[in-house]
Amino acid sequence: METPVSTAVSTPDARVTVRCTYREAMRAAIREAMHRDPRVFLMGEDVGRYGGSFAVSMGLLAEFGPERIRDTPLSESAFVGAGIGAALVGMRPIVEIMTVNFSLLALDQILNNAATLSHMSGGQFSVPLVIRMTTGAGRQLAAQHSHSLEGWYAHIPGLKVLTPATLEDARGMLWTALEDPDPVLIFENGVLYNMEGDLPDDAGPVEISHAAVRRHGDDLTLITYGGTLPKTLEAAERLAKEDIDCEVIDLRTLRPLDTDAIVTSVSRTTRAVVVDEGWRSGSISAEVSARIVEGAFYRLDSPVLRVCTAEVPIPYAKHLEDAALPQVETIMAAVRQSVASDG
Amino acid sequence: MSIPAQAPGQVAATSPVSKEHALELLRSMLRIRRFEERCVELYSEARIRGFLHLYIGEEAIAAGVMPALQSDDPIVSTYREHGHALARGIPMNAVMAEMFGKVQGCSHGRGGSMHLFDAATRFYGGSAIVGGGLPLAVGVGLGELMQQRHTVTASFFGDGAVAEGEFHECLNLAALWKLPVLFLCENNRYAMGTAIERALANVDVTAKAAAYNIAAEAVDGMDVLAVEDATRRAADAVRNDGPRLIEFHTYRYRAHSMYDPELYRSKEEVERWRDYDPLVTFPAQLRALGYLDDVSLTAIEHEIAVEIDAAIAYADAGTLEPVSDLTRFVYSETRPA
Ligand SMILES: Cc1ncc(C[n+]2csc(CCOP(=O)(O)OP(=O)(O)O)c2C)c(N)n1
Ligand SMILES: [Mg+2]
Repeated sequence: METPVSTAVSTPDARVTVRCTYREAMRAAIREAMHRDPRVFLMGEDVGRYGGSFAVSMGLLAEFGPERIRDTPLSESAFVGAGIGAALVGMRPIVEIMTVNFSLLALDQILNNAATLSHMSGGQFSVPLVIRMTTGAGRQLAAQHSHSLEGWYAHIPGLKVLTPATLEDARGMLWTALEDPDPVLIFENGVLYNMEGDLPDDAGPVEISHAAVRRHGDDLTLITYGGTLPKTLEAAERLAKEDIDCEVIDLRTLRPLDTDAIVTSVSRTTRAVVVDEGWRSGSISAEVSARIVEGAFYRLDSPVLRVCTAEVPIPYAKHLEDAALPQVETIMAAVRQSVASDG
Repeated sequence: MSIPAQAPGQVAATSPVSKEHALELLRSMLRIRRFEERCVELYSEARIRGFLHLYIGEEAIAAGVMPALQSDDPIVSTYREHGHALARGIPMNAVMAEMFGKVQGCSHGRGGSMHLFDAATRFYGGSAIVGGGLPLAVGVGLGELMQQRHTVTASFFGDGAVAEGEFHECLNLAALWKLPVLFLCENNRYAMGTAIERALANVDVTAKAAAYNIAAEAVDGMDVLAVEDATRRAADAVRNDGPRLIEFHTYRYRAHSMYDPELYRSKEEVERWRDYDPLVTFPAQLRALGYLDDVSLTAIEHEIAVEIDAAIAYADAGTLEPVSDLTRFVYSETRPA
């Protein structure tokens, strides 16, 4: 893997790993895709000269040139639509929207064109497009720069919605998404970019249709995705010290949702807490809860609980922002409440 | 109201036109007109449902534009696209079957009147979001350019779309990247009930193109020869030199859709525009040139009537897609190469 690396070490199972960040894993994925397939190009605001607003595409302009690393004007609808059109006629564009907040200016193109063209044309056309965007709060950016709308997008048939939360997924989801014949949205939670870890140097494509169990446990199932996965794992580790053994499911893909993985785990543990950085009402956490009720109702020993973002525009002040978002403590409290309740 | 400079019956050809080609253009316009007139009947019989936006009055644009394009030039259209689809060469049978919601339709019955698609003729659909087709067309042009296909992507839209942000984003992007896109504005003076003067602070669409460094021309859209000539020149320019825009001045004689009481304009205004009806003026021109007489006109009309009857029979005999296929094609069944 050609990422900027600080060290390369051999693990006990003899796989060579490299130390890298989520951002670097993502960049490596883009570079690999650009090398693999001449139809792939990256386009978006400040992806070139500036290096990407979150520095994901840093250095790619020098390597691939302005034809394939395209700086666009501030015109979300035009360049997202341009990605759709280019995909329609055989290219494999990666469109970067700076953040999910600005994707609203391209919502028409995503919903009315990308998601509909295959079905509306009776399968004559398809849109093999990948749209990447940063999502999430937690950086004191206030109400207009802190949305978590991936659950909204997961409402839309015709799209696939990915939320890589690990280095492996940051590295591996993009290529699989590019091979997919349909439009795929990749949501990169901003708090994950600096997450650092060891990645096998031969890390490559990963499948994108299943959830993953990130921690095995018997007492309760925590279900989450994206930016709240690290918090949820930390909560599970701390709860283990209280003798509460949590399973942690990382949904990875919000559409299509891996109902089997959810129902199987909850049927075994009999308790569930859903953690979601989206607002509670009408959220993906509501969808997950409904699927648990549909698929595992008679196995439940306590009501499904949810830890979501408070229903306010995200405030600037740190203490208020912290209070609005799911936190390790609030996740732990919900788990304790669930375990204490015995239906 | 500005009326096209052209007086009825006057021969406006800037290039000589052969009898054969002139009759082909007439046939193409008449075919669209008669097709839509039958659609109105079918609509009142409830055999066509949904929205139905008629092109009646604007046929000279589709009939003039299509012969000026190559068969591999992609087309992105609007919900008022029966004329574009027929002139482009989507078989009438498939268009009619689509209006009937049959699986034999050009969009498998998934689209209806507003969403005609056809891969074989590179017809990338009617989009029913005003302005929504423009970004798509810009992207198709980008993809064609990056793959060194020397095509021109034709992007149809109405005067109403000019007020949308997408129009401005797209003209800028196309000009900035010199994309091979031909912007074709069908200015029929109304966006539903809103007259262009009530929607645009500057009603000159070519001036907006000029602001984005796109060469543009205003053309009498009721004159099929002028349309064809201007499109040919503009398409050549696009192939060599990036985007162009043509603003066609035209008029729709019918309501916006089938649900429009037309409170926003007078009958007198519509009548005045009838003098410029291309299906009045063009036959008159051709008669003056000795290209057309009653006998040949009757023969053309007959041929068209036969084709329409056959299309209706075809659509009638068509089958409904099984409900079990409802969710087919939400995601692709085959991987593109
Ligand atoms: C974004 C959007 N806003 C509103 C509408 C409703 N609408 C349908 S057609 C139309 C008028 C469009 O006028 P124009 O672009 O001039 O095209 P024309 O119908 O005259 O061919 C409107 C407002 C729509 N379809 N899309
Ligand atoms: Mg109009």
